[in-house]
Formats: sequence, structure tokens, C-alpha cells
Amino acid sequence: MSGHSTYQPQSTFMKWMERRLPIAGLVYSSFVVYPTPRNLNYWWTFGGILSFLLGVQIVTGIILVMHYTPHADMAFNSVEHIMRDVNYGWLLRYLHSNGASMFFVAVYIHMFRGMYYGSYKEPREVLWILGVILYLLMMATGFLGYTLPWGQMSFWGATVITNFFSAIPLVGESVVTWLWGGYAIGNPTLQRFFSLHYLLPFVIAGVVVLHIWALHCVGQNNPTGIEPKTEKDTVAFTPYATIKDAFFMVCFCVVFAWFVFYVPNYLGHADNYIPANPAVTPTHIVPEWYYLPFYAILRAIPNKLLGVLALVGSIGILAFLPWLDTSRVRSANYRPLYRQFFWIFVIVCIGLGWLGAKPAEGGYVIAAQILTFYYFAHFLLILPILGWVEKTKPLPNSIAESILHEGLPAGASGPAPTVARH
Amino acid sequence: MLRSILAAVLAASLVSVAAPRLAVAAGEVPQPPRQKWSFSGPFGTYDRAQLQRGFKVYREVCSVCHGLNLLSFRNLGQPGALGYSEAQVKQIASEYKVQDGPNDQGEMFEREGRAADRFPQPWPNENAARASYNAVPPDMSVIAKARTYERGFPWFIFDALPFLQYQEHGVDYLTALLQGYEDKPPQGFNLPPALAYNKYFPGHAIAMPKPMEDGRVTYEDGSPQTLVQYSKDVSAFLMWAAEPHMEARKRIGLQVMVFLIVLAGLLYFTKKKVWDDVKAGRI
Repeated sequence: MSGHSTYQPQSTFMKWMERRLPIAGLVYSSFVVYPTPRNLNYWWTFGGILSFLLGVQIVTGIILVMHYTPHADMAFNSVEHIMRDVNYGWLLRYLHSNGASMFFVAVYIHMFRGMYYGSYKEPREVLWILGVILYLLMMATGFLGYTLPWGQMSFWGATVITNFFSAIPLVGESVVTWLWGGYAIGNPTLQRFFSLHYLLPFVIAGVVVLHIWALHCVGQNNPTGIEPKTEKDTVAFTPYATIKDAFFMVCFCVVFAWFVFYVPNYLGHADNYIPANPAVTPTHIVPEWYYLPFYAILRAIPNKLLGVLALVGSIGILAFLPWLDTSRVRSANYRPLYRQFFWIFVIVCIGLGWLGAKPAEGGYVIAAQILTFYYFAHFLLILPILGWVEKTKPLPNSIAESILHEGLPAGASGPAPTVARH
Repeated sequence: MLRSILAAVLAASLVSVAAPRLAVAAGEVPQPPRQKWSFSGPFGTYDRAQLQRGFKVYREVCSVCHGLNLLSFRNLGQPGALGYSEAQVKQIASEYKVQDGPNDQGEMFEREGRAADRFPQPWPNENAARASYNAVPPDMSVIAKARTYERGFPWFIFDALPFLQYQEHGVDYLTALLQGYEDKPPQGFNLPPALAYNKYFPGHAIAMPKPMEDGRVTYEDGSPQTLVQYSKDVSAFLMWAAEPHMEARKRIGLQVMVFLIVLAGLLYFTKKKVWDDVKAGRI
């Protein structure tokens, strides 16, 4: 889409450089003249916000590591040392712990936006699948990071999650022992989790590069779901998208700052301020909020192996979304039925999240079973069938028409204005 | 669409409103009453006099069994702490005996505490504590953040929001717990031997005996010498112990908020200006 670079180096040095390493040209074509649909709304700013949050997590994380001790006997106190004795250590740690939550807030909005506007459809399947891989990597990183303070919830959360692997037939127990580095969760587990927690963000950064590469190859989807046809349908990335992204990123930071400075422990769990104790099991072992829907799916199924399969399947199914949705129309704006089912699906996901935080007993389990069934039915029944039976609304002829001539019937647009484009 | 969301929210709230009612009926733990704290809200700061009184209660009552091992004496004089001067901190530290060593002869010895020393542990090891108290009294350094209670839907959502924010679950629980002892358990409650009955403790049977009563600690500033006052003061002190940089956090938070909101405003108008031509269809 971006075509080859139109970058013209001005200075002698940049001319010299461009012949040897055309990095300025790459930046210019990807982040300056790169055409973006002119009708993008604010839901499209979350990709930039996510990149920013990844940067925040890596920077704060690297500094935290300078003061943290990954040892079962010292980890808890070293985190408290950061909170008490390190200059602005409390700020770094609260930025990092709340940053993880904000990361998931942003990624969920980003994913639901993709689902609403059909951003996963041809030719963006690989872009979407890379996104699913990023999401999986994020979940792994978040989980590993939550074990590091070595509080009660760290310890017991790690116990519950690693025990999933024991559901694998025949080799399950051996796999778990191998993961733990012993016959119980202990210091070897903490040390390897720490190592991997430091590694994965850089893997994420690598996949983000692929994700952006794929994006710049196929171009962005937009609220109409139709491809840009003429120059009139797009505007340059800079200044248009950059200023819009910057504005909304700062708005997002206001929310982020609210959590960091005023309710920093709201999204955490009080039990994680109790040092890990293998002899005492907390009354309710609850994962971080961003895993709760999947935790509810896991516990909805009485059989351990099937529960784990449902959990894995509930995430894995996302990768097949481009082929499960049979509709040729991308955007829910033109799919009156899908739009309703989309919102029901959002509510179902939130409902599963709420149930994930509740004890697995009585009515909660039945509710979780119903919602789990619906979750899978959304992908396996509703989406394939909707594509065949739904009567979609007529699509506009072009992106420009959809916003510049709202109210006029399709095809009734006047001659294009003759003002030259930038 | 909107109607289906509303219906779902309504259904969810009915379920959750009904759930705690049932729990109370089944004789479970009541919610701790909500206290007024000087440190709640976005502009909250610690009440120095209250922290000093709370420290006195900790010293004279709690510290017999409960450690404060993440804190040093110097923390008492830090900005945003109890408001003690350097000399006062030295004086307080010197009133403690601290084990040091080994000395030149290879022997451990006791000396007067210094500002940099940690609060000494009340017992030599966990087994010793278990032997004398029947349980290991938890360290109190972060206990105000390590305890909480469930508020249930929808209250837990409001707790995070500006103007409604409520983050004092831990201190409210501690305050309630200290006042929640009852000499006789209610009819039909089977209290195991050597345990005490506490209204607010999950499961009600608590290993800690009733720690104090009216008049136990002498206050020099004329505050009421009652259990109610003691429990509030010591809980406030423990909140400070758990979150010693809270005042700096809220102060910097305000600066950050003002900066971000002004920046967002400037960016909004810049964005508007940049997009004017696009919106008007000139580009």
C-alpha cells in the first residue's frame, strides 16, 4: 500500500546515509506519508496506545529489575524495598503493575474494535493472527510477572495455572515437574519465571514489528469496512493520524495516571501483600482480572482435561475467526443483526469475567456453563450462519462519500471538489 | 440494543444484591463500618497526631507480638510520615535494644537502637512465636494493604471512580476487627479452645485474644482514651506503615493530572485545527 519511498533526503549527511541504510526513508514512508483512511474513529488509536504501553512496561521493568531480587526468600521484601527505599520506586512499581492492566484494557478494546468492524477479514487474516499471538504472549508475560512479588496470590495463582499442564494425558505430571524445576513450586520456579518474564516483552516487541509490517502491507480497515479506492479516501499518517493518536493517548494516560496515583492497588489483590506461604491456601484463588473470563470457562467444565481444552480453545478459536465469519461485509455498521450479536458477545465476555471472580459453586457454575456455551456458539454457530442469512445494508461507494455526503443516497454524490490534495 | 444491555445489567445487579443478603442470613461476617479517614480521597494526607498516637498504641500493645520488620526507625521521621524531628527519631530508636554483631570476639551483643535500624522482631523465630502464642502473629508492615473485604457488585466499580473512590477497605477492616471482640460467642457457635470470638474475622474464631480495652494506653494530647479511638489511631498508623509514600504519590498525582489534562486540551485544539480541512472536504 505504501509503495516505495518518496523520501528526498535534504542534507548531505542524510543523502550519504540514505544510500547506505535507508532507515529515514522507511520511517518517512511508514509514519509520514503512509495513507490512512480518512474516516478512522478514536477506536483506531489503540494500536498506538498499545505500542506506547509496551514501551512503558519495558522501561519501568528494566529499572525495577535493578532493584528486584528473584529469590523465593527475598523477592517479597525486595519489592517492598522498591516501594519504600528506592527513589520513586513506588511510582515505578505502580506504573508497571497498573501498566499491565492498562495494557489489557487497551488490547481488549483493540480486539473488540477488530471484531466490530471485521478487521480480520481478507486480506487481513495474517495481521489478525499475529495479533492473537501477541495476545497469547501478553497473557504469558502478565502471568509470569504476577508471580514475581512472591505473595500469596503469586504463589497460588502459579500453582493453579501450572497445574493445567498436569491435565495432559500420560506426560502431564512430568511436564509440570519440568516447568517447576522441582516437585513443588519454589525458588527454581520463581527464577525461571523471572527469566522468561524478562525475555517475553522483547519477543512481543518483535511480533509487534511483524504486526505493523503486515498492517502496512494491507492497509488499515476503517469504519465502513470498504477499501480506499482513490486518494480522496485517505489522508497522510502525519500530521493527521499522529495528532489524533497523540491526543487520545494523552486522554488514555489520564485514566492510567488515575489508577497509578489514586487507586494503585484497586486492580491487584490484597492477598498478594501476604508473603507466599505453601502451607496456607487462600480462601479464593483468583487470577488477575484480565484472565477472569477464561478462568470462568475453565471452571465451568467439571472435567479437568476438558476444562483446560475449553480454556485453550476459547483463545485459540480467535485465530480462526477470519474463516468462521462467513459474511462478505466487514463492518457491523452495515450488519444490523451482527451488530446486536456483537454486543451480546461483549456482555457475555464481561459476564464470564464477573463469574471468574466468584467462587465456583451453585448458581455461579451453571451461569458460567451457559455463558461458556454461548461464547463458543458465537464463533461456531452464530457467525457462520449470520453470514448466510443476514440482509446487510447497502455499502457506500467510497469512504469519502460515506463521510462527506452523509444523508445523500448512494451514487448521488456531486463532482469531487477540485481543491488540490496537500 | 441498549435495552438488552440494561436488562443484562439489571439482572446481574439483582443477582449480586441478593447474594450478600443470603450470606448475611447464613451468619457470615458483617461488613466493617466505614470510617472517616484524613488520608482518603485524592487530596488526603495523614493526620500526624493520629499517626503518633497510633504508633504509641502499636508500641505499647501490638509490638509485644507483632513485628514491623520492613520499617526502620528513620522512616518515622521521613517526609509524609509521623512528623518527628531527627532528634526525636534518634531518641525513639535509642529506647529500643537491638542485637548486633558479631564483635571482635565473634559474639553477638545488644546495643541501643539507631535511626537506621529496623524495628526489632518480638520473637526470635516462628516456632518460638507458635510455642508462646499458639499461632504466628503476622508482621504488620503491610497488613493494612493485605487485608480487605468484599463490597460486591456494583459497589466495587464505584470504589475505583473519581469522587466516589474508596480504597480504605484494609484500615476499615482493621478498625472493625479491634472492636469486634465479643466475650461470649453467639448461641450455637462452637468456638474451638484457646481462640477468641470476633464479629468481623472471617470464620469468627481468631487466635489473637482481645488486645486492648478502654484506658489501656495513655494519650498526652487529650484524645479520648477509648478502644474506639485506639483502634482508629493504630489502623491509621498501620496504613502509613503500609504506604509510607502515599502523600508524595497523591501530590505528584495532582501535578501529573493537571499536566496531562492541559496537554490533552492543547492537543485537542491542535488536532481540530489540523483536521479542519479534512472535515470540510477540502482535502
